Amino acid sequence: MIDILSKRYLYFLLSFIIIVPGLVFLAVDGLPLSIDFTGGSLFEITFSDGQALDTEAINAIYEEAGIDDAQVTTTDTGSVIIRSSFLTNEVRDQILTAMKSEAGGDVTVISFDSVGPTIGAQVASRAALAVGVAALGVVVYITLAFRKVQNAFRYGVCAVIAMAHDVAVVFSVAGIGARFFEWQIDALFLTALLTVIGFSVQDKVVVFDRIRENATSLRRLEYETLVNHSIVQTLQRSINTQLMTVEFLLLSLALFGGVTLQEFAVILLVGLLSGTYSSIFVAAPILVLWEKREWSTWFGRGASA
Amino acid sequence: MIRNLTNRIILIVLILTLALWVDLSDEINVLNPVSNEALFSRNVEPRLGLDLQGGLQVLLEADIPADQQVEGDAMEIARDIVQQRTDALGVNENVIQIAGDRRIVGEFPGLEDTESVLATIQQTGLMEFVDTGDYGPEEGTILVTDYSPTGQPVEAVEGGETVYHTIMTGAELDSVTVSPDQLGVNYVINFVLKSEGSQVFAEHTGANVGKFLTITLDKQVISSPVIQDRIDGGQGSISGNFTAESANAFAVQLRYGSLPVPLKIVETRIIGPTLGADSLDKSLRAGLIGMAIVALFMILYYRLPGIVAVLSILIYATIAFAVFKWFHFTLTLPGIAGFLLSTGAALDANILIFERLKEELRNGKNLTQAVDQGWTRAWSSIRDSNLSAIITSLILFWFGSTFGATIVKGFSLTLALGVIISLFTAIYVTRTLLALFLKGFKPNNYDLWFGI
Repeated sequence: MIDILSKRYLYFLLSFIIIVPGLVFLAVDGLPLSIDFTGGSLFEITFSDGQALDTEAINAIYEEAGIDDAQVTTTDTGSVIIRSSFLTNEVRDQILTAMKSEAGGDVTVISFDSVGPTIGAQVASRAALAVGVAALGVVVYITLAFRKVQNAFRYGVCAVIAMAHDVAVVFSVAGIGARFFEWQIDALFLTALLTVIGFSVQDKVVVFDRIRENATSLRRLEYETLVNHSIVQTLQRSINTQLMTVEFLLLSLALFGGVTLQEFAVILLVGLLSGTYSSIFVAAPILVLWEKREWSTWFGRGASA
Repeated sequence: MIRNLTNRIILIVLILTLALWVDLSDEINVLNPVSNEALFSRNVEPRLGLDLQGGLQVLLEADIPADQQVEGDAMEIARDIVQQRTDALGVNENVIQIAGDRRIVGEFPGLEDTESVLATIQQTGLMEFVDTGDYGPEEGTILVTDYSPTGQPVEAVEGGETVYHTIMTGAELDSVTVSPDQLGVNYVINFVLKSEGSQVFAEHTGANVGKFLTITLDKQVISSPVIQDRIDGGQGSISGNFTAESANAFAVQLRYGSLPVPLKIVETRIIGPTLGADSLDKSLRAGLIGMAIVALFMILYYRLPGIVAVLSILIYATIAFAVFKWFHFTLTLPGIAGFLLSTGAALDANILIFERLKEELRNGKNLTQAVDQGWTRAWSSIRDSNLSAIITSLILFWFGSTFGATIVKGFSLTLALGVIISLFTAIYVTRTLLALFLKGFKPNNYDLWFGI
């Protein structure tokens, strides 16, 4: 049987290498929060051929309307995105009319989002609460579901540590995406994050369930061997469910699914992959590490495990 | 290995037939065979979200201090008024929902002219009948009247503007209808007053024949007719330069009066129609490609059970789509993603079972035992893992509904329901179908048929 668990510190190192760069970007660049959380407006328009206004002209129109923080970017598809502070509908209409007369042609509105500053702050705090409640719900649920196993609480804590690992991976991806592809943390990102949390726990439960079952039938085995055994038994399922089905579905969504869902699909893809990875290479090793109290050997004292 | 196989198959066929019926029709009608009257009828047209067909979404918030509670059912009434106002404007299928305890989210699919909708929502619709004596103001003039909603009368200031007397307000209106005028060119608004209003109206018109009676909406003159005669019985009409559309819009404002709580717009989202159509096509195609690859993999890897699983996923999709249509779910892009993920959960349940099945076969169990064991042993992990997914979906749903974030709601609802339906198909349908296959066919070569 393959010995997965003996190389556990290698996996921890690997996770570390994956997580750190993105988090460094986030620390340096700041959280790329979208207007969903900060408030503000995002106006995407296209001009008729050859009649596009340049950045300065658009800025001038915004300043005319009393908005002096407009940022204009042009997308690959030729549309223009203008970010600014919150616009009321009156101001938006005024700006649109001014742009039409200035450009001398039609201006098509592709999308317009405007979120008031107070609501943005409330969404942000409520979102943090939602993630917290989800984490708590998971610990309680797992502790209850495994109450017949020795140290049931450990399983809940290990699932949450692995879950924190997956959340960190998702934020790392967001940090990398923000730096190189102008991604933003918006309501969709939050949806993806909470989904990753939900499915992350699902994966842990499958592995833990096998440990729970083996713990009664293979009582004489050493704990590490028992856990290793359980991982190997569920390995095929993990690979088939994650790589072959879920990841294929999400990959096709990311590749062919249009711009709106691309970021969402990529985050889910990486997050769910991390969920499977962490149940085998993070949650289960920590269970063993905890059982053996390995931390006593970390600083060179005590006997080796 | 399965008792009453026939009953199970009958049940599955029944559910599948019902689901297909809902899937393929826009409206479900059950007729009384004798009288041919409809016993039951339900519209099951698919609803596309704003992100798929374009449109306008606004989030309205009660415009009162943050520490002040909205009283009683004020939000309910405000919601109804917003719904009625916008419905009567002829904008179809719009969805107005309460979000949290002080917000209303309004969605107007397929709409490009946002100004008319926003104007209609924000109208306070205070209608007054004003005595302007010998003065016949032009349409659009702003009048100062002595009525104010707070109940404190506005008093004339020396040397200031003239303050006109309000005889009564739109609150006295009983019903309002719209009809073409005698020439059939313009439209008139006919109204019937409540009894107290009729009294006031009759007295005033009797005493002021030949004078102007000006009708204002939010202090703006709509029409200023000369009183021709005493009007008894509380019935009258307002004529002006009304088209069918403007007369209707006006009538709506008269009918539904002012909002019980002031509303302000805190969020506006407009999605252009081209972006929506593009997203729908692409996501559906992406979903189909993904599903095809997954089906191919399942069949190649799991052989006979794989074929059964793919069949069962098709049944799952048929049922899920019917449930979504029946409960009027709005189909959104994240909703499609949620659906795909729940398909993944459905497959996961199948994979867990089949892996167990193969394991038992490898351990030398015979086929019947292996199938039984596969299901019994995989059940606890299927149950526990799916429950955790449902818990997170519920938290997401709660989060989405407080802020009118309909995309988040759509995603969590499709995910949660999808997971529940997938449990049924994995546990019940797959097992029944596999038993049915194995009944008429006894494979000996496990390597070929089960891929062990």
